[in-house]
Amino acid sequence: MSNPTSARPLRQPAVSARLLWTALAVVAVLALLTYLVAFDQGAVSRNGMFLHELMHDGRHLLGVPCH
Amino acid sequence: MPTFPSVLLRGLLAGLVAGLVAGTFAYFVGEPRIDAAIAIEERASHSAPEADAGHHEEELVGRDGQRAGLFLATGLFGAAMGGLLATGYVLLRRRLRTVDDGRAALLLAGAALLGAVVVPFGKYPANPPAVGNPDTIDQRTGSYLLLVVLGLVAVWAAALGHRSVRPDAPYGLRAAASVGGFLLVTAVAYTVLPSFAEVPADFPATLLWEFRLASLGTQVVLWTGIGLLFAVLLGMSGGNRRPTVQGGPGRSAGTPDGADAPAGR
Repeated sequence: MSNPTSARPLRQPAVSARLLWTALAVVAVLALLTYLVAFDQGAVSRNGMFLHELMHDGRHLLGVPCH
Repeated sequence: MPTFPSVLLRGLLAGLVAGLVAGTFAYFVGEPRIDAAIAIEERASHSAPEADAGHHEEELVGRDGQRAGLFLATGLFGAAMGGLLATGYVLLRRRLRTVDDGRAALLLAGAALLGAVVVPFGKYPANPPAVGNPDTIDQRTGSYLLLVVLGLVAVWAAALGHRSVRPDAPYGLRAAASVGGFLLVTAVAYTVLPSFAEVPADFPATLLWEFRLASLGTQVVLWTGIGLLFAVLLGMSGGNRRPTVQGGPGRSAGTPDGADAPAGR
Protein backbone atom coordinates (compact mmCIF):
# COMPACT_ATOMS: atom_id res chain seq x y z
CA MET A 1 0.00 0.00 0.00
CA SER A 2 2.68 2.43 -0.96
CA ASN A 3 0.57 4.33 -3.41
CA PRO A 4 -3.01 4.54 -2.21
CA THR A 5 -4.03 7.22 -4.66
CA SER A 6 -3.62 4.91 -7.62
CA ALA A 7 -6.34 2.58 -6.42
CA ARG A 8 -9.54 4.43 -7.11
CA PRO A 9 -12.01 3.05 -4.56
CA LEU A 10 -9.53 3.72 -1.75
CA ARG A 11 -8.54 0.29 -0.64
CA GLN A 12 -7.76 1.09 2.93
CA PRO A 13 -8.15 -1.59 5.55
CA ALA A 14 -11.34 -1.57 7.58
CA VAL A 15 -11.17 0.13 10.94
CA SER A 16 -9.64 -2.43 13.27
CA ALA A 17 -10.55 -2.89 16.90
CA ARG A 18 -7.10 -1.74 17.95
CA LEU A 19 -7.42 1.46 15.96
CA LEU A 20 -10.84 2.04 17.46
CA TRP A 21 -9.52 1.75 21.01
CA THR A 22 -6.57 3.99 20.24
CA ALA A 23 -8.93 6.52 18.71
CA LEU A 24 -11.16 6.34 21.76
CA ALA A 25 -8.21 7.01 24.08
CA VAL A 26 -7.09 9.93 21.92
CA VAL A 27 -10.59 11.40 21.90
CA ALA A 28 -10.74 11.09 25.70
CA VAL A 29 -7.45 12.96 26.14
CA LEU A 30 -8.45 15.67 23.67
CA ALA A 31 -11.87 16.02 25.29
CA LEU A 32 -10.12 16.54 28.64
CA LEU A 33 -7.92 19.22 27.08
CA THR A 34 -10.97 20.91 25.58
CA TYR A 35 -12.70 20.73 28.94
CA LEU A 36 -9.79 22.38 30.73
CA VAL A 37 -9.49 25.14 28.16
CA ALA A 38 -13.15 25.84 27.56
CA PHE A 39 -15.24 24.71 30.52
CA ASP A 40 -13.37 23.92 33.75
CA GLN A 41 -13.46 26.28 36.73
CA GLY A 42 -16.32 28.54 35.82
CA ALA A 43 -18.75 26.92 33.47
CA VAL A 44 -18.82 23.46 35.04
CA SER A 45 -16.75 22.99 38.19
CA ARG A 46 -16.31 25.80 40.70
CA ASN A 47 -13.17 24.65 42.49
CA GLY A 48 -11.30 27.84 41.76
CA MET A 49 -11.27 30.50 39.13
CA PHE A 50 -7.73 30.41 37.79
CA LEU A 51 -8.46 28.55 34.54
CA HIS A 52 -11.57 30.64 34.01
CA GLU A 53 -9.61 33.85 34.39
CA LEU A 54 -6.66 32.70 32.31
CA MET A 55 -8.77 31.36 29.44
CA HIS A 56 -11.40 34.09 29.89
CA ASP A 57 -10.98 35.99 26.62
CA GLY A 58 -10.51 32.81 24.63
CA ARG A 59 -13.70 31.31 26.05
CA HIS A 60 -15.71 34.39 25.17
CA LEU A 61 -14.31 34.68 21.66
CA LEU A 62 -14.52 30.96 20.93
CA GLY A 63 -18.17 31.28 21.81
CA VAL A 64 -18.52 28.81 24.67
CA PRO A 65 -20.66 29.77 27.67
CA CYS A 66 -18.28 31.46 30.10
CA HIS A 67 -20.21 33.02 32.95
CA MET B 1 -1.64 4.54 4.05
CA PRO B 2 -0.17 6.79 6.74
CA THR B 3 -0.44 5.47 10.28
CA PHE B 4 -2.83 6.94 12.82
CA PRO B 5 -0.07 8.56 14.93
CA SER B 6 1.36 10.34 11.90
CA VAL B 7 -2.07 11.62 10.85
CA LEU B 8 -2.83 12.61 14.44
CA LEU B 9 0.43 14.54 14.68
CA ARG B 10 -0.45 16.44 11.52
CA GLY B 11 -3.88 17.27 12.89
CA LEU B 12 -2.48 18.50 16.21
CA LEU B 13 0.09 20.64 14.44
CA ALA B 14 -2.46 22.05 12.01
CA GLY B 15 -4.77 22.81 14.93
CA LEU B 16 -2.08 24.49 17.02
CA VAL B 17 -0.99 26.77 14.18
CA ALA B 18 -4.57 27.52 13.11
CA GLY B 19 -5.42 28.21 16.75
CA LEU B 20 -2.65 30.77 17.02
CA VAL B 21 -3.80 32.38 13.76
CA ALA B 22 -7.37 32.46 15.07
CA GLY B 23 -6.02 33.93 18.32
CA THR B 24 -4.33 36.70 16.33
CA PHE B 25 -7.61 37.42 14.55
CA ALA B 26 -9.44 37.42 17.88
CA TYR B 27 -6.79 39.67 19.43
CA PHE B 28 -7.22 42.39 16.84
CA VAL B 29 -10.93 42.05 16.10
CA GLY B 30 -12.37 40.71 19.35
CA GLU B 31 -10.30 42.19 22.19
CA PRO B 32 -11.48 45.81 21.70
CA ARG B 33 -15.04 44.54 22.07
CA ILE B 34 -14.21 42.54 25.19
CA ASP B 35 -12.60 45.62 26.72
CA ALA B 36 -15.69 47.68 25.95
CA ALA B 37 -17.97 45.00 27.41
CA ILE B 38 -15.86 44.69 30.57
CA ALA B 39 -16.13 48.45 31.05
CA ILE B 40 -19.90 48.10 30.93
CA GLU B 41 -19.79 45.10 33.25
CA GLU B 42 -17.75 46.99 35.82
CA ARG B 43 -19.99 50.02 35.67
CA ALA B 44 -22.96 47.71 36.30
CA SER B 45 -21.33 45.86 39.20
CA HIS B 46 -20.34 49.12 40.87
CA SER B 47 -23.92 50.30 40.86
CA ALA B 48 -25.16 46.94 42.17
CA PRO B 49 -22.56 45.87 44.74
CA GLU B 50 -24.32 42.70 45.90
CA ALA B 51 -24.14 41.07 42.45
CA ASP B 52 -21.51 38.35 42.76
CA ALA B 53 -18.99 40.41 44.63
CA GLY B 54 -15.41 39.28 44.44
CA HIS B 55 -15.70 37.99 40.90
CA HIS B 56 -13.46 40.59 39.41
CA GLU B 57 -12.15 42.16 42.57
CA GLU B 58 -9.48 39.59 43.40
CA GLU B 59 -7.98 39.56 39.87
CA LEU B 60 -6.35 36.16 39.73
CA VAL B 61 -5.25 37.02 36.24
CA GLY B 62 -5.02 40.64 35.12
CA ARG B 63 -6.21 41.94 31.78
CA ASP B 64 -2.74 41.60 30.24
CA GLY B 65 -2.60 38.01 31.41
CA GLN B 66 -6.02 37.38 29.92
CA ARG B 67 -4.90 38.81 26.58
CA ALA B 68 -1.94 36.42 26.61
CA GLY B 69 -4.29 33.68 27.79
CA LEU B 70 -6.31 34.26 24.65
CA PHE B 71 -3.49 32.80 22.58
CA LEU B 72 -3.00 29.97 25.06
CA ALA B 73 -6.71 29.17 24.89
CA THR B 74 -7.06 29.33 21.11
CA GLY B 75 -3.79 27.47 20.57
CA LEU B 76 -4.70 24.60 22.91
CA PHE B 77 -8.32 24.54 21.76
CA GLY B 78 -7.14 24.50 18.14
CA ALA B 79 -4.73 21.65 18.83
CA ALA B 80 -7.53 19.66 20.47
CA MET B 81 -9.87 20.32 17.55
CA GLY B 82 -7.15 19.44 15.05
CA GLY B 83 -6.54 16.18 16.88
CA LEU B 84 -10.24 15.38 16.90
CA LEU B 85 -10.48 16.20 13.21
CA ALA B 86 -7.52 13.93 12.47
CA THR B 87 -9.14 11.13 14.47
CA GLY B 88 -12.38 11.62 12.58
CA TYR B 89 -10.43 11.63 9.35
CA VAL B 90 -8.77 8.29 10.12
CA LEU B 91 -12.06 6.68 11.11
CA LEU B 92 -14.13 8.12 8.26
CA ARG B 93 -11.65 8.44 5.41
CA ARG B 94 -12.72 5.35 3.56
CA ARG B 95 -16.38 6.31 3.80
CA LEU B 96 -15.77 9.64 2.09
CA ARG B 97 -16.10 9.00 -1.60
CA THR B 98 -13.32 11.17 -2.86
CA VAL B 99 -9.93 10.08 -4.06
CA ASP B 100 -8.25 13.25 -2.89
CA ASP B 101 -7.07 13.12 0.73
CA GLY B 102 -6.86 16.90 0.91
CA ARG B 103 -10.42 17.26 -0.29
CA ALA B 104 -11.57 14.74 2.31
CA ALA B 105 -9.80 16.73 5.02
CA LEU B 106 -11.40 19.99 3.89
CA LEU B 107 -14.79 18.34 3.68
CA LEU B 108 -14.53 17.11 7.27
CA ALA B 109 -13.31 20.49 8.52
CA GLY B 110 -16.23 22.16 6.76
CA ALA B 111 -18.63 19.67 8.29
CA ALA B 112 -17.18 20.37 11.74
CA LEU B 113 -17.45 24.13 11.22
CA LEU B 114 -21.07 23.82 10.17
CA GLY B 115 -22.14 21.27 12.77
CA ALA B 116 -20.11 22.22 15.82
CA VAL B 117 -19.93 26.00 15.33
CA VAL B 118 -22.53 27.47 12.98
CA VAL B 119 -25.50 25.42 14.20
CA PRO B 120 -24.84 26.09 17.92
CA PHE B 121 -24.14 29.75 17.12
CA GLY B 122 -27.57 30.12 15.54
CA LYS B 123 -29.30 29.46 18.86
CA TYR B 124 -26.63 30.12 21.45
CA PRO B 125 -24.45 32.87 20.01
CA ALA B 126 -21.32 33.93 21.84
CA ASN B 127 -21.85 36.35 24.69
CA PRO B 128 -19.49 39.13 25.71
CA PRO B 129 -18.75 39.86 29.38
CA ALA B 130 -21.75 41.52 31.07
CA VAL B 131 -24.19 39.39 29.07
CA GLY B 132 -25.50 36.20 30.60
CA ASN B 133 -26.97 35.32 33.96
CA PRO B 134 -24.45 33.40 36.12
CA ASP B 135 -27.31 31.45 37.67
CA THR B 136 -28.09 29.71 34.37
CA ILE B 137 -24.53 28.83 33.43
CA ASP B 138 -25.11 25.11 34.06
CA GLN B 139 -28.18 24.96 31.82
CA ARG B 140 -26.53 27.09 29.16
CA THR B 141 -23.41 24.95 29.11
CA GLY B 142 -25.38 21.72 28.96
CA SER B 143 -27.68 22.98 26.21
CA TYR B 144 -24.75 24.35 24.26
CA LEU B 145 -22.87 21.04 24.36
CA LEU B 146 -26.02 19.17 23.40
CA LEU B 147 -26.48 21.50 20.44
CA VAL B 148 -22.88 20.88 19.34
CA VAL B 149 -23.69 17.16 19.24
CA LEU B 150 -27.02 17.76 17.49
CA GLY B 151 -25.31 20.05 14.97
CA LEU B 152 -22.95 17.23 14.07
CA VAL B 153 -25.95 14.91 13.84
CA ALA B 154 -27.56 17.42 11.45
CA VAL B 155 -24.47 17.31 9.21
CA TRP B 156 -24.58 13.53 9.36
CA ALA B 157 -28.26 13.67 8.37
CA ALA B 158 -27.24 15.80 5.40
CA ALA B 159 -24.78 13.11 4.32
CA LEU B 160 -27.44 10.44 4.81
CA GLY B 161 -29.89 12.45 2.74
CA HIS B 162 -27.32 12.82 0.01
CA ARG B 163 -26.77 9.09 -0.11
CA SER B 164 -30.41 8.15 0.11
CA VAL B 165 -30.99 9.49 -3.41
CA ARG B 166 -29.73 7.39 -6.30
CA PRO B 167 -26.52 8.78 -7.83
CA ASP B 168 -28.11 8.97 -11.29
CA ALA B 169 -30.93 11.18 -10.04
CA PRO B 170 -30.72 14.90 -10.85
CA TYR B 171 -28.11 16.49 -8.63
CA GLY B 172 -30.60 19.04 -7.36
CA LEU B 173 -32.54 16.19 -5.83
CA ARG B 174 -29.51 14.92 -3.94
CA ALA B 175 -28.68 18.41 -2.77
CA ALA B 176 -32.27 18.97 -1.67
CA ALA B 177 -32.24 15.71 0.27
CA SER B 178 -29.08 16.70 2.14
CA VAL B 179 -30.30 20.22 2.87
CA GLY B 180 -33.62 18.74 4.00
CA GLY B 181 -31.93 16.30 6.36
CA PHE B 182 -29.80 19.06 7.79
CA LEU B 183 -32.69 21.48 8.27
CA LEU B 184 -34.93 18.83 9.80
CA VAL B 185 -32.49 17.96 12.58
CA THR B 186 -31.53 21.60 13.11
CA ALA B 187 -35.15 22.75 13.33
CA VAL B 188 -36.04 20.03 15.84
CA ALA B 189 -32.97 20.85 17.92
CA TYR B 190 -33.71 24.58 17.91
CA THR B 191 -37.31 23.92 18.91
CA VAL B 192 -36.66 21.39 21.65
CA LEU B 193 -33.72 23.08 23.38
CA PRO B 194 -34.44 25.91 25.83
CA SER B 195 -33.88 29.55 24.91
CA PHE B 196 -32.02 32.03 27.08
CA ALA B 197 -32.83 35.71 26.66
CA GLU B 198 -30.27 37.26 28.98
CA VAL B 199 -29.00 40.32 27.19
CA PRO B 200 -29.46 43.31 29.50
CA ALA B 201 -31.84 45.85 28.03
CA ASP B 202 -29.23 48.59 28.13
CA PHE B 203 -26.39 46.62 26.56
CA PRO B 204 -25.37 48.36 23.29
CA ALA B 205 -26.76 46.42 20.34
CA THR B 206 -23.91 47.41 18.07
CA LEU B 207 -21.30 46.17 20.51
CA LEU B 208 -23.16 42.87 20.93
CA TRP B 209 -23.36 42.41 17.16
CA GLU B 210 -19.69 43.26 16.66
CA PHE B 211 -18.61 40.96 19.42
CA ARG B 212 -20.64 38.05 18.08
CA LEU B 213 -19.32 38.62 14.58
CA ALA B 214 -15.77 38.66 15.95
CA SER B 215 -16.44 35.44 17.82
CA LEU B 216 -17.90 33.69 14.80
CA GLY B 217 -15.01 34.99 12.72
CA THR B 218 -12.54 33.52 15.19
CA GLN B 219 -14.10 30.08 14.80
CA VAL B 220 -14.29 30.40 11.02
CA VAL B 221 -10.59 31.34 10.89
CA LEU B 222 -9.81 28.45 13.21
CA TRP B 223 -11.62 25.76 11.22
CA THR B 224 -10.62 27.12 7.82
CA GLY B 225 -7.03 27.14 9.01
CA ILE B 226 -7.25 23.63 10.45
CA GLY B 227 -8.79 22.28 7.25
CA LEU B 228 -6.28 23.92 4.92
CA LEU B 229 -3.20 23.15 7.03
CA PHE B 230 -4.30 19.58 7.69
CA ALA B 231 -4.87 19.07 3.96
CA VAL B 232 -1.43 20.48 3.18
CA LEU B 233 0.27 18.36 5.83
CA LEU B 234 -1.49 15.21 4.64
CA GLY B 235 -0.04 15.86 1.20
CA MET B 236 3.47 16.03 2.63
CA SER B 237 3.62 12.61 4.26
CA GLY B 238 6.76 10.60 4.67
CA GLY B 239 9.19 12.98 3.05
CA ASN B 240 9.77 10.56 0.18
CA ARG B 241 9.31 13.32 -2.32
CA ARG B 242 8.05 16.82 -2.39
CA PRO B 243 4.47 17.34 -3.44
CA THR B 244 4.25 18.41 -7.02
CA VAL B 245 3.61 22.11 -6.92
CA GLN B 246 1.35 22.94 -9.76
CA GLY B 247 1.02 26.62 -9.02
CA GLY B 248 -2.59 26.67 -10.05
CA PRO B 249 -5.05 29.20 -8.75
CA GLY B 250 -4.85 27.87 -5.24
CA ARG B 251 -7.83 27.74 -2.94
CA SER B 252 -5.27 27.99 -0.19
CA ALA B 253 -4.83 31.65 0.49
CA GLY B 254 -2.04 32.24 2.90
CA THR B 255 -0.81 28.71 3.26
CA PRO B 256 2.47 27.18 2.15
CA ASP B 257 2.89 25.70 -1.27
CA GLY B 258 1.31 22.51 -2.49
CA ALA B 259 -2.01 23.02 -0.77
CA ASP B 260 -3.87 21.08 -3.34
CA ALA B 261 -1.34 18.61 -4.57
CA PRO B 262 -3.77 15.77 -5.02
CA ALA B 263 -1.41 13.04 -6.06
CA GLY B 264 1.43 14.26 -3.91
CA ARG B 265 2.23 10.91 -2.44
